[in-house]
Amino acid sequence: MLMPEPDQATISRKLDIVMKLREIVPGEGVIADEHELKVYESDGLTAYKQPPLIAVLPETTEQVSQVLKYCHDEGIKIVPRGAGTSLSGGALPLADGIILGLGKFNRILDIDFDNRCAVVQPGVTNLGITKAVEDEGFYYAPDPSSQIACTIGGNVAENSGGVHCLKYGLTTNNLLGLEMVLIDGIVLRIGGKHLDAEGYDLLGLMTGSEGLLGVVTEVTVRLLKKPETARALLLGFSSSESAGELVAAIIAAGIVPGGMEMMDRPAIHAAEDFVHAGYPLDVEALLIVELDGPKAEVDYLMETVSRLADEKGAVTKRVSESEEERMRFWAGRKAAFPAVGRISPDYYCMDGTIPRNQLPHVLRRMREMSEHYGLGVANVFHAGDGNLHPLILYDANKEGELQKAEDFGSDILRLCVEVGGVLTGEHGVGVEKRDLMPDMFTDIDLKQQQRVKCAFDPDALLNPGKVFPQLHRCAELGRMHISRGQLPFPELPRF
Amino acid sequence: MADRFKPESIEQVADVVSWAAAENTPIEILGRGSKAALGRPTQTEYSLDLSALTGITLYEPDELVLSARAGTPMAEIEAALAEQNQYLAFEPADYGPLLNGSAGDDVTSGSLGGVMSCNLAGPRRIKSGAARDHFLGLKGVSGRGEIFQAGGRVVKNVTGYDLMKLHAGAYGTLSALTDITVKVLPAPDKTRSVLLFGLDDAMAVKAMTQAMGSSHEVSAAACLPAEIAKGFENSHFPDTAKSVTAIRVEGPGPSVTHRCAALRNELGAQTESNELHSHNSTSLWTYIRNVMPFALSGQAGPGESDAVWRVSVPPASGAEYVAALQQSLGDQAAGLRYFFDWSGGLIWLALPEDADAQQQAVRDALSPYGGHATLIRASADLRNRVAVFQPLDLGISALSSRVKNSFDPHGIMNPGRMYAGV
Repeated sequence: MLMPEPDQATISRKLDIVMKLREIVPGEGVIADEHELKVYESDGLTAYKQPPLIAVLPETTEQVSQVLKYCHDEGIKIVPRGAGTSLSGGALPLADGIILGLGKFNRILDIDFDNRCAVVQPGVTNLGITKAVEDEGFYYAPDPSSQIACTIGGNVAENSGGVHCLKYGLTTNNLLGLEMVLIDGIVLRIGGKHLDAEGYDLLGLMTGSEGLLGVVTEVTVRLLKKPETARALLLGFSSSESAGELVAAIIAAGIVPGGMEMMDRPAIHAAEDFVHAGYPLDVEALLIVELDGPKAEVDYLMETVSRLADEKGAVTKRVSESEEERMRFWAGRKAAFPAVGRISPDYYCMDGTIPRNQLPHVLRRMREMSEHYGLGVANVFHAGDGNLHPLILYDANKEGELQKAEDFGSDILRLCVEVGGVLTGEHGVGVEKRDLMPDMFTDIDLKQQQRVKCAFDPDALLNPGKVFPQLHRCAELGRMHISRGQLPFPELPRF
Repeated sequence: MADRFKPESIEQVADVVSWAAAENTPIEILGRGSKAALGRPTQTEYSLDLSALTGITLYEPDELVLSARAGTPMAEIEAALAEQNQYLAFEPADYGPLLNGSAGDDVTSGSLGGVMSCNLAGPRRIKSGAARDHFLGLKGVSGRGEIFQAGGRVVKNVTGYDLMKLHAGAYGTLSALTDITVKVLPAPDKTRSVLLFGLDDAMAVKAMTQAMGSSHEVSAAACLPAEIAKGFENSHFPDTAKSVTAIRVEGPGPSVTHRCAALRNELGAQTESNELHSHNSTSLWTYIRNVMPFALSGQAGPGESDAVWRVSVPPASGAEYVAALQQSLGDQAAGLRYFFDWSGGLIWLALPEDADAQQQAVRDALSPYGGHATLIRASADLRNRVAVFQPLDLGISALSSRVKNSFDPHGIMNPGRMYAGV
């Protein structure tokens, strides 16, 4: 993975920069020691490592603003970081850049049940929000699997999802407002407790911008009332095709389940060996369908789903009769990643999205690729929204296997795009999928996105080397080649 | 009358925009023209009419996705969805009756491109989000004359910047959209509304807040003061003028029955209540969604020339906002008509045009709560004089200009429609 060439002049000024930063963030908030900096050398995508030049841990918006302004004036690169759980290398440091850690922004500022929202600092964990409001029966809906550790600021940067996206949306659908700092130190407030901010939807643009546009210092999230009840069905199928048919049939029946998760045979076996959730081992596909909402509704819809499952040939069927049983159904799925970690020294988690009806085709092609590369693959799949997580099994200690795993992964993602899907459903582009962007977008598409970046960060100091395969100078992007033509388009209808 | 281009392909759209960019000539971007009177009046010699770009290009009900050309009439989209028992969950409003009245019948149904570009959403906004939340992918021509696309056709996608959100509510000031992909959802089996009669504004907002904070999955909550309620002729409304607070639940039959009963039980003790079922419930919400209380009737009369404001505030502050506005209007408050949607978070105000439709008071009253006010209907003269959209903070304003510039460096796409310089 080629990163921007480090600027030796910046690296040689390290001591001077540290001194300046300590004037802004006093005490232990500026980390310059090489051993201490190792903590930051990678995020959830552990294949890549690079210690930062310096790490800064500000505590106030004013400090963030001053740090950014200083870096802007001095031309120093910045990589913002929440909890560092990114699976796409979004928080991978730069040798000549500082890591701006938002971990100390860990306070919940306001909980407003009447307006069903909470104002929190970006370092609060995703689950921390729900914990703070659950006594009153509320929760924050997006639930990425790293929710115990990942921060809401990181969720905003990555537009994180989870298993309940089809019904409750991603991060972007659950935000009301932001406070953010631009690279020149300007602090902006967007939205608030009301709906739809005035002017351009900068809140929507910021969400999922992977730390390339600004640094979020405060977030207003929507809170939802906890559903009255939730029940799940655990269904086994002899083929992924019939499992896929059931998913389509459920939606055709007008039902939008809270969660709908599929696992393939290798994933089922790995999970069952690990947590003994009672999964059937003689099936090719396992489907967990969870319905949530008012009890009267859930009980009624369970019958419909159960009947549809019979029609589509489910070979095993269990319906949760208690909360404990429902949790047991989920236990295997939620432990799928570590379970796969037990059967392989390393695994590489992919994140494409496909039109759901392409699943059998994609799984078939994936099996062929698996043979071609000589690497195993286990699949977990957010079946409701088409988000696929193939886990490629490899051994980093074996010469060349990491490269093989990456190539395999790239082939899978290209396949996702080929069948009408996208490179990433919820993990972000980061460094991982950066060089695949041209497989999904034209040069014009990518340049337009980069022009938007220029509107925020004209010197490309915020998280450079991520998302875009090629760095262009903003002046060059802004140029327009104009050839003046004649007004009348003879071929064009005009009225 | 502006000289009008009506291209039939995206390439032709690109030709027109490229020409306009080369000539540095601003163009007005139009869908079907149903909302032409919304926004600041633009001074353009040419207009780009996208209404010939029509047709649904992809609709896969099982995949919950629909793509259509931007000029496709909403009526066509809604009919196709209804055939499969699906809908656009954000419940797009049709401002035709509000802006054009019956005179505008032929254009009363706007286009998909127009709905997305204005980010229009109806009463279900509070539960299901706005147009922006269902906007999966786009193709269009930037102000540079370049054909580009963003997003995709799947609901879960974080590949690249979310330019769909940026275009939702950009009123055509960045690009001319030609192709749009949206998320669609199964339509609910049943709809019912619990009606509470005679609550004052504060009590109504309190009741709506309680309903929204319940686990009954309320999909809309609105309050029509007595004066407004009497305009909706329905036998289930009380004979004497009373305010009507309506709370909607949707879903499978047994669930709807159960939740309505629970809501009446929890809220009804405060006052007299009733229920509206299927057809009656649907017409009430269409009435609210399309702002029918302030629609143009085509006949001279009180209110016909009123300006209409759309105010967004934190929902629980809705009644307080109106009370504060009334107080600051003093004697002028008699000319104010209003009703609440979005559980109090959306307030529709009708005010006489004189005194700049009270823009100072309407916006000043926002400050304790936060929010914004948009002048949705007013004479061109008034829309020229007062800020139609909520004035932006300086930093946001500067950033917005730079974002505009990144798509449209010559400032030719609907310039000034939202803000001067944007």
